[in-house]
Amino acid sequence: MFLINCPFCGEREQSEFKAGGEAHISRPKQPTELSDDEWAEYLFMRKNIKGIQFERWNHSHGCRKWFNIARDTSNDQIKAVYKMGQKPPVI
Amino acid sequence: MKNKYSIFSLVKNAFSYHENWEKAWKDPTPKKEYDAVIIGGGGHGLATAYYLAKKHGMKNIAVVEKGWIGGGNTGRNTTIIRSNYLWDASAGLYDHALKIWENLSQELNYNVMFSQRGVMNLAHNLQDVRDLKRRTHANRLNGIDSIYLTTEEVKKFCPIINTSQEIRYPVLGGTLQKRAGTARHDAVAWGYARGADEMGVDIIQNCEVKGIKRTFDSVEGIETTKGFIKTKKIGVVAAGHSSVIASMVGLRLPLESKPLQALVSEPVKPIIDTVVMSNAVHAYISQSDKGELVIGAGTDDYISYTQKGSHDIVEGTLNAILELYPIFSRMRMLRQWGGIVDICPDASPIISKTSIKGLYFNCGWGTGGFKATPGSGDLFAHTIANDEPHKLNAAFNLNRFVSGDLVDEHGAAAVAH
Amino acid sequence: MAKNLRTKGSKFIDETTRVCFKFNGNKYFGFKGDTLASALLANNIHLVGRSFKYHRPRGIMTAGSEEPNAIVQINDNTAFTEPNVRATEIEIYEGLEATSQNCWPSVNFDIGGINNFLSPILPAGFYYKTFMWPASFWLKYEYFIRRSAGLGKSPKFPDPDIYEHKYIHCDVLVVGGGISGIMAAKISAKRGLKTLLVDENPNIGGSTIFQNSKYYKINNLTSSSWLENEIKEINKLENLTIKTRTSIAAFHGYNFLLARENLTDHLSANEKKNKVRQRLLKIRAKKVITATGSLERPLVFNNNDRPGIMLSSALKKYADFFGVACGEQNVLFTNNDTAYETAISLDQKGIKVNAIIDIRENSNSELSKEVEAIGIKIYRSSTVVDTYGYKRIKKISVMQLSTDGQSVKGQKIFINCDCLGIAGGWTPAVHLFTQSGGKLDFNEEDQIFLPKIYPSKQISIGSCNGDFELDKIINNTLKILKEFLEIDETEYDNIDVSGTRNLNKRNIWLLPSDKILGKTKPFVDYQNDATAKDIKLALREGFRSIEHVKRYTTTGMGTDQGKLGNMHALGIIADTAGVKMSELGTTTFRPPYTPLSFGTIVGRNVGEFFDIFRKTPMNDWHVKNKSKFENVGQWKRAWYYPNGNESMHEAVQRESKAARESAGILDASTLGKIDIQGTDASEFLNRLYTNSWTKLDIGKCRYGLMLNEDGMVYDDGVTTRLDKNHFIMTTTTGGAANVLAKLEDYLQTEWPELDVYLTSVTDHYATISVCGPNSKKIVSKVIPNLDLSEDNLPHMSFKNTTIDNIKCRVMRISFTGEQSYEINIQANYGISLWEKIMESGKEFNITPYGTETMHLLRAEKGFIIVGQDTDATLTPIDLQMDWIVGKKKYDFIGKRSLYRSDTIRDDRKQLVGLLTDDPKEVLEEGAQIVANLNKKPIEMLGHVTSSYYSPNLNKSIALAVVRGGKNMLGQKLFIPMENKSIIVTIVDPVFLDKENNRLNA
Repeated sequence: MFLINCPFCGEREQSEFKAGGEAHISRPKQPTELSDDEWAEYLFMRKNIKGIQFERWNHSHGCRKWFNIARDTSNDQIKAVYKMGQKPPVI
Repeated sequence: MKNKYSIFSLVKNAFSYHENWEKAWKDPTPKKEYDAVIIGGGGHGLATAYYLAKKHGMKNIAVVEKGWIGGGNTGRNTTIIRSNYLWDASAGLYDHALKIWENLSQELNYNVMFSQRGVMNLAHNLQDVRDLKRRTHANRLNGIDSIYLTTEEVKKFCPIINTSQEIRYPVLGGTLQKRAGTARHDAVAWGYARGADEMGVDIIQNCEVKGIKRTFDSVEGIETTKGFIKTKKIGVVAAGHSSVIASMVGLRLPLESKPLQALVSEPVKPIIDTVVMSNAVHAYISQSDKGELVIGAGTDDYISYTQKGSHDIVEGTLNAILELYPIFSRMRMLRQWGGIVDICPDASPIISKTSIKGLYFNCGWGTGGFKATPGSGDLFAHTIANDEPHKLNAAFNLNRFVSGDLVDEHGAAAVAH
Repeated sequence: MAKNLRTKGSKFIDETTRVCFKFNGNKYFGFKGDTLASALLANNIHLVGRSFKYHRPRGIMTAGSEEPNAIVQINDNTAFTEPNVRATEIEIYEGLEATSQNCWPSVNFDIGGINNFLSPILPAGFYYKTFMWPASFWLKYEYFIRRSAGLGKSPKFPDPDIYEHKYIHCDVLVVGGGISGIMAAKISAKRGLKTLLVDENPNIGGSTIFQNSKYYKINNLTSSSWLENEIKEINKLENLTIKTRTSIAAFHGYNFLLARENLTDHLSANEKKNKVRQRLLKIRAKKVITATGSLERPLVFNNNDRPGIMLSSALKKYADFFGVACGEQNVLFTNNDTAYETAISLDQKGIKVNAIIDIRENSNSELSKEVEAIGIKIYRSSTVVDTYGYKRIKKISVMQLSTDGQSVKGQKIFINCDCLGIAGGWTPAVHLFTQSGGKLDFNEEDQIFLPKIYPSKQISIGSCNGDFELDKIINNTLKILKEFLEIDETEYDNIDVSGTRNLNKRNIWLLPSDKILGKTKPFVDYQNDATAKDIKLALREGFRSIEHVKRYTTTGMGTDQGKLGNMHALGIIADTAGVKMSELGTTTFRPPYTPLSFGTIVGRNVGEFFDIFRKTPMNDWHVKNKSKFENVGQWKRAWYYPNGNESMHEAVQRESKAARESAGILDASTLGKIDIQGTDASEFLNRLYTNSWTKLDIGKCRYGLMLNEDGMVYDDGVTTRLDKNHFIMTTTTGGAANVLAKLEDYLQTEWPELDVYLTSVTDHYATISVCGPNSKKIVSKVIPNLDLSEDNLPHMSFKNTTIDNIKCRVMRISFTGEQSYEINIQANYGISLWEKIMESGKEFNITPYGTETMHLLRAEKGFIIVGQDTDATLTPIDLQMDWIVGKKKYDFIGKRSLYRSDTIRDDRKQLVGLLTDDPKEVLEEGAQIVANLNKKPIEMLGHVTSSYYSPNLNKSIALAVVRGGKNMLGQKLFIPMENKSIIVTIVDPVFLDKENNRLNA
């Protein structure tokens, strides 16, 4: 079980958090303009990276805030934690 | 022809102290070119190669495996086999597999120990009851031997279940598929490998795929740690690593790879003679022929390639096990492990062509791929050989995520008012 | 038989307290402090169990948790029984009853022993090659295979013991209380670090504490005396907690470890009454120091498994620690100096050692010289080629080894013995290190795997790090700790240590015999009966990786997880295949290190604590009024209220009629309630729901349907505009938490520019719904100050008001189709308000109804229940709820997905009503619907989602989803059941009051 450094609360047990999948997938501003293919890309297609992944987590049993994490999915080491809206760090 | 396995061959070989058994499969160096290459030497990949050779006359084929055959989810699952799925497409797919299972030991001349001891699914709330009845009716009309059981019938079939109505989530009923059961997971990989090898398939272990060479619209071969292999057809059966292979050609798949854990107890004499699954409290249990209780836990919610999950998941599963089987409290966990499962948004697999000619994917089996192994191999072989899906896997195409025709096996999304 | 092999007193055993226990029904005595194994050995009992496959007689191999053979069932046929307990771990207590396992009728005469004679046709993996004919017979073969497999017996009664969890956060965790662990704990604690030291044994001190050799001196004391003083000192340290009988089960990432603290397994029934049996410690350590020591290796030679064959280190521990002689005619067989230490120890205790067989050509160590001086015969360059004695070793045969060690030569000599101590070198216990994700490196000199790359803040010290001699252990431990704890000096910097060197080493993984390999039984995995032959067979058949060999031969898969034999398996594979050990790698050591009771893992989360109960404020009233309850998520909801002996059907019919004819009352408190505030609240709702919200007037309510982004119905409920920037949303009971999470997700990640705040207020309000033609009269009695006129409080509106000065909200919303009022009041007033309404409604026969009646009433109106009538595959269009989809809205969650090629199709499943030809026939929910009974394969068009007998319509009604159903009104379809087909007609899903007249009755 990881220790996650919530940017709002500090270091907490993983069991307080929920994972929210790949980060930096913005909901299209004009969905109606998209083709079925493009919409499917947004909806379902994922990088599912083995390596450094930028992903969303929610401190669901804490401050309820969403934030981002850079984690190496090949060894579960968390490399960085950053707030929503911030650019992913260079790792 | 390899020497046939039987009690007679065992006795015969006993006289020579078993010094004369042949290799179950060879250890070839890769050729320069194959008619088809299967990436992934798990049960599904080996079965695919086996059926390509057996049913489609393709002899010049190879299976390339990063590690050792059967070393991924094939050797890490809880070995449950059943076909009592809700939707027609799923029922068709899994029952096709179940029918092959029923004669697989004889077909492969390798005892995969398919044990039709029955699989029970339990209902713990009124919506469970509705869902299981719905499934049972659909199964019956699809020719699948599933029946609905009352709480008393559940107790009769598996007396050690706590069916007291006073517990937190009492058992309100269940379903039983008698043709369902378990099999010996390793034997499936080994049996298919032996069968494929006999028909000339090259099984190349310790051979990691590093890249896929392609033109604009078709594949030309694979770069591996053992050199370049030319081929016009690539079947990817890489389970948790499917997205990693897909990224080599710039494809993204509707998959997330997550940790799935399982555990076994120390071995004891027979105590549970069937397989019992409970979705609502999340506990799957059976007993291996060796005597270990085999218990399936759930998936974590994050992506990981570590083959490790969080302890909370294991604890939650054992909580549920003791709720339903209080007698197991003093049993002891012997071993726990994790696998990487590739999960589709609709919890159904992908057995499909792709936008690139000659590139096929068989993935997205999530937590339940083992049971489909023979059927998946057969249908994927058909898809690769004919460049068209078989009617049984037509629904499991990649385009469903675009068109919206999902095969949603999650069942009810929310709980009733 | 009944001999006493107790030697002169040991200070670790309390010889003043005699303990009586039973083994296989016979009474024996031991002393407090004995393990079952030491007590049995003192009674000259070696035969303890039978092996897994061949049912060979087996004895006690070790003195620790790595024991593969001596496993027993304790307290059989009681609620306190436990299978597969290691005799070497369990401490005896008054009344302990242990029995041998895997044998019938007894351990002395076991029918299964026939397998030993069949062993030539039962090589590794034989079951993959046979039992295939006839095909249908596998279940029959399996029946017998299962019965001969297994070890002990599962408990048959619920566990009377209690368990608990404890969280521990510490600066430094030291695993293992041997000499290096004790030093590490002291250094750490003295630096002010909060330190926890755990050890699986009842006492700390490791093997040093009973090391009385003159060759091991620290500061001029014997190492054991020196360590005794150290232990006394660390017991006083403030920052240090010491937990004995505590075994680390798992070492997870981020220094998260699980440990089992055993509190009562060594106590008698009386002593342990009402005490917690075991505690699962969940340890989060900033730094971990692993000092888990090493395990002695056996030697692999022909018939190396007989009772009486034990590890040399075990012989020493039984003599030095427990004061027990394992035999009267001892022989030692070794490849290193360990056996010489044992010989000296035994000799000092007056235990006879007949000979030492040493595979090395010579040994010049002081130990060796002393053994020679004692007069023990040493056979150098020799090996044991066979052993004799079925239930206890009687003698061995010995021959000279060839120079290359691959064969034997010369004359065979026989040596009598009743105990053979074997010493094959030492394997560092790196299990926890690898569990944590650490990478190992192979050390050629000692033929061991050692920690190389640490994945977290942790370090290994002592013999688990490859240091086996006292001076090396101490000096390296100090060096490593200084760096690891970032300190310049330690308490031990001027320590004076003298040790001895283990000079010559010779390792042969599989020792040769005069017989050909095929005729021998050199066991590698004792418990699973895997031999060196099996490993070679696996390789011959093409299994190359250690994982394959392990799975094919089952080596290392017993309850000891191969702690003794794994290295030999690797060595034999490497030698046979001609590869280097370093290239082979090891198998994965998986948690737990030693088996862990399910009860310990579960702790208190059993019975009523399995999951929380969520109860409404009116729950007590429901219980008092004999309600039956339904589980909905974690909630307990009133299901129906039977009068006397009423069946559910009767109760529901009565409740449903009452609600439509006069008045009904429902506890609706479980519905999720989310308070939404902010200047952009209405815009937020606009984006969430399929319909439009910007124009909803203050004081008005509106029904909303929420979709997933893939267009499928996700949740529904009524949302009320309390004020310009203030809404209260209701959700389904089960969906509440997920809806809130989803809302937060969109708000924080997609639309952070919106000024909106969300609060879950589900538990803050009690919600009481009063419905029926007399509801208005009742509510006006309860809230006389509220104007209930159509003008003031029309359908789908709300008012703030008070009842007896208590603030409440009254909503005029209806899920039954009746005129209906929903009163929300602060939760703690819920029950009194409920009682007040019941009292006021008495004259109208107000009838409480539960969820079942609610479901029936809403079905009469064709209202859906998300999760029952939908299953995440239905769009609002499929539900024929086009009216709620704001087609003019630019966007809302899920909108785009409604227009994909397969979601706009006309022949999707659509919600319809069904009527049976026979109005008394009630359909089964979940039943499938077909148009043509004769078509094969039968084509299913959909299924029945909700079905009831309506007392208000006097007929059976049902809701269903049917492919293309919305264009099939009036069409007849069939419901094929097991024994009959039911004819149904497709109708509009609204069965009652299509004009909605009753809302304003």
